Amino acid sequence: MRPEWTTFQHGVWEKEINVRDFIQKNYTPYDGDDSFLAGPTQNTTDLWAQVMDLTEQERKAGGVLDMDTKIISTITSHGPGYLDKNKETIVGFQTDKPFKRSLQPYGGIRMAVKACQDNGYEVDPEIVEFFTKHRKTHNAGVFDAYTPEMRACRSSHIITGLPDAYGRGRIIGDYRRVALYGVDRLIEDKIEQKNTTRTIMYSDVIREREELSEQIRALEELKELGKIYGCDISRPAADVKEAIQWLYFGYLAAVKEQNGAAMSLGRTSTFVDIYSERDLKAGKYTEEQIQEFVDHFIMKLRLVKFARTPEYNELFSGDPTWVTESIGGVGIDGRHLVTKMSFRYLHTLQNLGTAPEPNLTVLWSTKLPMNFKRFCAKTSIESSSIQYENDDLMRVTHGDDYAIACCVSSMRLGQEMQFFGARANLAKCLLYAINGGVDEITKKQVGPKYRPITSEYLDYDEVMDKYRDMMKWLARVYVNALNIIHYNHDRYCYERIQMALHDKKVTRWFATGIAGLSVVADSLSAIKYAKVKTIRDENGIVVDYQVEGDFPKYGNNDDRVDEIASDLVHTFMNYIRGNHTYRGGIPTTSILTITSNVVYGKNTGSTPDGRKAGEAFAPGANPMHRRDSQGAVASLASVAKLPFKDAQDGISNTFSIIPGALGKDEQVFAGDLDVELDFDLDSE
Amino acid sequence: MTGHVHSIESFGTVDGPGIRFVVFLKGCPMRCQYCHNPDTWAGGGGTSMTVDEILQEYQRTKHYYTQGGITVTGGEPLVQMDFVLELFQSAHDQGIHTCLDTSGVTFRPDNTELLEKFDRLTDVTDLVMLDIKHINPEKHLKICGQPQDNILAFARYLDSRHVPVWIRHVVVPGLSDNDADLFRLGQFIGTLHNVKALDVLPYHDMGKAKYHQLGLPYALEDTPPLSKDQAVLARKMILNGIRAQRLTAAGNL
Repeated sequence: MRPEWTTFQHGVWEKEINVRDFIQKNYTPYDGDDSFLAGPTQNTTDLWAQVMDLTEQERKAGGVLDMDTKIISTITSHGPGYLDKNKETIVGFQTDKPFKRSLQPYGGIRMAVKACQDNGYEVDPEIVEFFTKHRKTHNAGVFDAYTPEMRACRSSHIITGLPDAYGRGRIIGDYRRVALYGVDRLIEDKIEQKNTTRTIMYSDVIREREELSEQIRALEELKELGKIYGCDISRPAADVKEAIQWLYFGYLAAVKEQNGAAMSLGRTSTFVDIYSERDLKAGKYTEEQIQEFVDHFIMKLRLVKFARTPEYNELFSGDPTWVTESIGGVGIDGRHLVTKMSFRYLHTLQNLGTAPEPNLTVLWSTKLPMNFKRFCAKTSIESSSIQYENDDLMRVTHGDDYAIACCVSSMRLGQEMQFFGARANLAKCLLYAINGGVDEITKKQVGPKYRPITSEYLDYDEVMDKYRDMMKWLARVYVNALNIIHYNHDRYCYERIQMALHDKKVTRWFATGIAGLSVVADSLSAIKYAKVKTIRDENGIVVDYQVEGDFPKYGNNDDRVDEIASDLVHTFMNYIRGNHTYRGGIPTTSILTITSNVVYGKNTGSTPDGRKAGEAFAPGANPMHRRDSQGAVASLASVAKLPFKDAQDGISNTFSIIPGALGKDEQVFAGDLDVELDFDLDSE
Repeated sequence: MTGHVHSIESFGTVDGPGIRFVVFLKGCPMRCQYCHNPDTWAGGGGTSMTVDEILQEYQRTKHYYTQGGITVTGGEPLVQMDFVLELFQSAHDQGIHTCLDTSGVTFRPDNTELLEKFDRLTDVTDLVMLDIKHINPEKHLKICGQPQDNILAFARYLDSRHVPVWIRHVVVPGLSDNDADLFRLGQFIGTLHNVKALDVLPYHDMGKAKYHQLGLPYALEDTPPLSKDQAVLARKMILNGIRAQRLTAAGNL
């Protein structure tokens, strides 16, 4: 056994790369409460004050403090960067100093140039020339292949947010492998994989061999990255501090090379806990020290930054990095996966204050220990910064070592990855069905010239018939655009370090998405249960609708309309499934326009549910604003009816509530008067 | 049997234990100056729903209410007492926790026929949230336009029936924030043996807009909302009254 592994329980994880087996054999479930947790150290408080100061400077500077314009970011492109070297226990920045955004042109040079220009920086002309004339980017490859129809759909926003000019993200390397095995062992494994590819050189075999070579090169550079910060990560991590540092190097390498739409971390807390339990037992580190490592690690994750354009930030409502970390959940053997480290990660929200990143996501199960549930609830109330996802639902498909990429995309770590696919605007598609493929805003023929609806009042069966045809067309254009995108992304902007931290055989989820679900559900319900009159412009194009009478609205647990929503998801997903997907990708869809609902609404004309042109959609699978009149449970029940098997990439519901509506304040109300009075008597 | 339902809130978290399915019924004889649901005062109208319809709604989302149950409020729910009785009997049969949020204003201690009905109702009521408006009879009448004696009688009746009760009390600046009154209210509560909790609600003016919409005069136009700190103090004063009463009772033994 390796010296770093002594005292660990044996398992197949020693013979093959298998982090899950290591975790299952070695972790200690924790059922206790949060009383063991330690507050921030002085160093933590000092470092965070420094971060807050830099954040303020960045805000004053208009959102960006510094940008690299000369050095193309690679795993080893920059020397070491620190906040305060003497105080940081976990080290590493994307460039040679904090808050300096790196230059990443492989996704598209125009986007990189624009991101700089919009923030007042100029990319070195030589670099621009090189990536324009001599080295093709992902973006250039995609636009070489796009059809005119795809371009039209893109301009009219019936398909929006396609990752054709920026990094697709959504791929999570199994960064824990770096800590458990050390990089040398991972390289050995990759060499073995390369030596055992098929031997007849079909194009897919050639691609595989080329990619494995890239992965090996990336791993060599990863070792270099360790050396830049004075760490030898060729060997396994020997204690909890190294375990955190090693896996962070893996993640850092990824964000140095990929400006992806979501650069998620994985599911690291219970893995790291195995090391901290060992160190605590051996007396190597105290609870305060361990919490300090975690605080500093999370601080680093909060400081991941990318060069982005204002339009990008508008689409995603801010400057998100989606450093999602999945916490908790239950194993398939029935033991929950909550450890002390699960508490420590969440405790950073207390020690450092609240923050949207990293996106701490609790994999919720009814079987989680009560103390942990209470701690989550308490931390949620105090910080509003925890995301919850249904582990009982996802475990069925993804087992017990999956993680969430971005907000809801689940994938088995190291075994599954995703081709991110933005989304299709189903509300606009409905308008195309009514107008025979003519865009209601630009009045251009974007969709196929099917016969439009000519009647004054909309007939449900006629609309549905035409809508199905139009959805089928949209699914075809959409999936094929994505095929082009992922082919080119693999070719010109390959995620070599993330894929180096995957198995050889990888399952690829081919993600698509839906926007405007509740708008369409309500529109179809209005057409079916009320009367919807069309209002046409001088050319007979329907530009507005008048709803006469009331109709069931999605979000009230009313099957009449909820079934329309469910059928819609099922129907569209089947049209997606009917298309060829790049690289054997398994199609999925998501309903999760959490942040871009405003932009989608802006680009969509009036809809038959009474929503006016330009008005925002509801986020994700949410009911339309103010149309759910029965309270939250009825609203959630409507959303919960959507079929997960047809929206396996996730269904999101954004739910805001004022604290007072979540229950009574303890100071003004107490549930047991006798206990309370006795307590008061004693204290007198 | 059908009831006149004002609305249903499927996610009630402040009207009884757990997450609750809250049914708001139409009609109320009280005219509390601070009432924030004046749209429920008028009797009749609303949505007609049968007991079965309401319970079917409940059953469709019952997994949300494992620690909660059903709460009937209003308006004054006992204006439609026969409906509440049938609803609670059916709910009770189905193992649903039942909670009645009432002012007790319809109670008549001398009406034997009505008392018999109250007996049947309390048999199937797991919790009553009793809203005592004021301990002083004149101020009580001023606040809500109804005499107080039937309400206190109802509190004693519930005690005799061993029905668990949460006392609610809205503290309004200038109307019900007097320390001596709060202490006396506590003394009264201290005579009861079935009170499980005390819920002090600080007055808020979020109902004001509804009055303006309905074209109704709002008596507390110039009254500021009560701060949380003041609510905590008011609650302490009531607790002092309860404690004093209980100590006296213990001393008398």
